[in-house]
Amino acid sequence: MEDVFTIANKNFKSRLIVGTGKYKSFEETAEAVKASEADIVTVAVRRVNILDQGKPLLMDYLNPESITYLPNTAGCYTSEDALRTLRLAREMGGWRMVKLEVLGDKKTLYPNMIETLESTKILVKEGFEVMVYCTDDPILCKKLEDVGACAIMPLAAPIGSGLGVQNKINLRLIKEQSTVPVIVDAGVGTASDATIAMELGCDGVLVNTAIAESKNPILMAEAMKHAVIAGRQAFKAIRMKKRNYGSSSSPEIDLI
Amino acid sequence: MNNLNVAKIQLNGKPFDLRNETNLKKLLKDLKISENKVAIEINGIIIEKNKYSQVVLNKDDKVEIVHFIGGG
Repeated sequence: MEDVFTIANKNFKSRLIVGTGKYKSFEETAEAVKASEADIVTVAVRRVNILDQGKPLLMDYLNPESITYLPNTAGCYTSEDALRTLRLAREMGGWRMVKLEVLGDKKTLYPNMIETLESTKILVKEGFEVMVYCTDDPILCKKLEDVGACAIMPLAAPIGSGLGVQNKINLRLIKEQSTVPVIVDAGVGTASDATIAMELGCDGVLVNTAIAESKNPILMAEAMKHAVIAGRQAFKAIRMKKRNYGSSSSPEIDLI
Repeated sequence: MNNLNVAKIQLNGKPFDLRNETNLKKLLKDLKISENKVAIEINGIIIEKNKYSQVVLNKDDKVEIVHFIGGG
């Protein structure tokens, strides 16, 4: 049976979403995205460099016709800036599905959840499909869903930290209560972190730095693909019960 | 020398000279920017793509041209 990943009524094959930041070149970005087999990539909105006329752009390497662009609001610290960014993103190519992140602190890059919640309400009213980067607080995650977020994206650890899943209990609680997809965003450092998130029942994982800052981003992108699939399969298979003591795997009768 | 045919605008935060009667379509053409890869804001208002040829820039306009770059 096919395991379809649905966000805002759109179906995706891969449960891995990859970021496109921090790569050495557009060639490397494109190769890593290909190796990851992700269907969705996050992108940032920035000023065009007027002096770099005719220079290649991200879109020349990742065709928005064949992969879903998910515009983000990285670097925005107010609701106003985030809304402005996403309205521009929508004008650029008609993108309605967006990733909202309103940051609250430059050192930890923790989200400002008050501004995030307010922005979500406005964007939903304006017809956006809003995937929301948020803290792993189950109450706030519920509020986001209540105001119309189409996906909840709690952090596993601070953005770019690579510290892995820090609060399994909260992620599980958030997953249990949510009727929209829960996608772990931020904090994944290596393949096993992505697997842990998926084994907890999360619907997907978003990875950027862990791939881009590894020594071999193409290989790590492929590892993340396998990690997300493995975690998903293990979750669906329902793991064995834990025991406190050993239990022999070979029969103990008819021993010679 | 005061050249009446030159208007100063703010383009992506920097001063920029342009000839009078420049519409957005022409500005993008002059800058060698493909219009389907950008979005434009003038004085905080987003301009719809189908209006680019109608919107003429005025002195002191604050113009922002943005595009997608790599991000997480």
